[in-house]
Amino acid sequence: MDPYTALPLPQSAFVLALCLVLLSPLALAGVALINTGLGRSRSAAQAMLGSLTLIAVATIVFAVIGAMFAYGETGFTFTISGKPWNWIGAGSFALSGFSSGTVQTQLSTLAQFIGVAFAVLIAWGSGADRFRMEAGAAVAAILAALVFPMLAYWVWGTGWLAQLGLNYSLGAGFLDTGGAATIHVLGGLSALAIIWIAGPRRGKFPKEGLSTAMPGHNAVYVLFGCLLALVGWLAWNMAGALMWADLPPTELVVTAIDTILAASGALAATFIVTRIRFGKPDASLCANGWLAGLVTSSACAAIATPFEALLAGLVAGLITPLLVELLELFLSIDDPSGAVSVHAVSGIWGLLAAGFFASQQGQVLAQLVGIAAILGVIFPLVYFLFWLVNLVLPFRADADGERIGMDLHELGGSAYPEFVVHRDDSYR
Amino acid sequence: MKNAGLMVMPAGFFLVAAALLLFNGSTLRFIFVLCGLAVECMGLAFAVRAHMASRGEN
Repeated sequence: MDPYTALPLPQSAFVLALCLVLLSPLALAGVALINTGLGRSRSAAQAMLGSLTLIAVATIVFAVIGAMFAYGETGFTFTISGKPWNWIGAGSFALSGFSSGTVQTQLSTLAQFIGVAFAVLIAWGSGADRFRMEAGAAVAAILAALVFPMLAYWVWGTGWLAQLGLNYSLGAGFLDTGGAATIHVLGGLSALAIIWIAGPRRGKFPKEGLSTAMPGHNAVYVLFGCLLALVGWLAWNMAGALMWADLPPTELVVTAIDTILAASGALAATFIVTRIRFGKPDASLCANGWLAGLVTSSACAAIATPFEALLAGLVAGLITPLLVELLELFLSIDDPSGAVSVHAVSGIWGLLAAGFFASQQGQVLAQLVGIAAILGVIFPLVYFLFWLVNLVLPFRADADGERIGMDLHELGGSAYPEFVVHRDDSYR
Repeated sequence: MKNAGLMVMPAGFFLVAAALLLFNGSTLRFIFVLCGLAVECMGLAFAVRAHMASRGEN
């Protein structure tokens, strides 16, 4: 059988989608650079090697186990009041028979390899300067084996969230064409679980007084990472629009413009907010704002008009710096990469905005149900699984390891061996 | 305490699921889904509060 016969995409659209998916790892490169730059110099090599290791572990585990749960025409289903609730896929173990599948399934699986790598990378960044690589690898394995595939099946496969429109007349079902839920909200909430379990960096929150500022060590990495992320995000959002929103290639230009506008609007808003709050724009918060705009675009770039995308980005850019401050100063959440504000909260905002911008009746309710499922099922599940892992493989490095830096502690050498190491006044 | 907060969150989801199953009208469904989300937010707030209480332990 010609594999293209089962393909709703025309062949030219398939080739375009494949090229776009292959460009999207640039977003991973950008986020890895941002995570590294926002951490301390004495943990930079560990942060970068950890990114690669986690991507490798997630990819292998997803191929062997995860892909089995992410796909399958007939998943595990229970029926309530005559309506099917497909909650997990039942595909083949270790991608067996993968090469004889339709090209669209193959393409979608390839995209999910990128997606799962992205989700673990987001979670990894929040544990900077104290999170052990072995524990990070275990976290990546759990996300890739069960949590990401299950959520991906719900949203992108034939799962119950995707079927909300069909079964309960809620718009077109839960809409997430760029992975705002499956990648960013999952990654951001996993980051929160890691932060809670590992605890803050030593000296970050003294018993009395304000929290200690621990600025990132390389603003150039952070800002260059933002530019790199833009390229990857453009490709990813357009690929998602082709694969999961069934947009024709002729409408992809609007998706790309929406992505750029959301990021630009968010950066502009964060720039103004930090300029007003601190007297000068803050580089790391502006980078967070830019990323928050991109995350928002993941949810709504394939649906919104350019003006709506700009508006969504402006709101994301407005709330992100305020939220980063709130989490650190008032809620004692030590999140060096800002993953909770940037990925979890902006992702949720984007999903909600997509509901408002979509033309179908009941779409807002579908988006709310999806958000509730992630908060009410996925987050407690992730926290519980991570808590179990922490009993076997402690998340946190010992006090001495944290003092000398994760590079020396875990790798035996530093990222910048010729640099003079300055005394760290923030270490109490 | 944190675990207790996290255990409240699935209860909120069950409200949302119940809204889908029990109601056909969009208004009632919407209200029930919002209530479910509010319960989830309460659980999250409880967990955050428990985390804040451990401030300075590290």
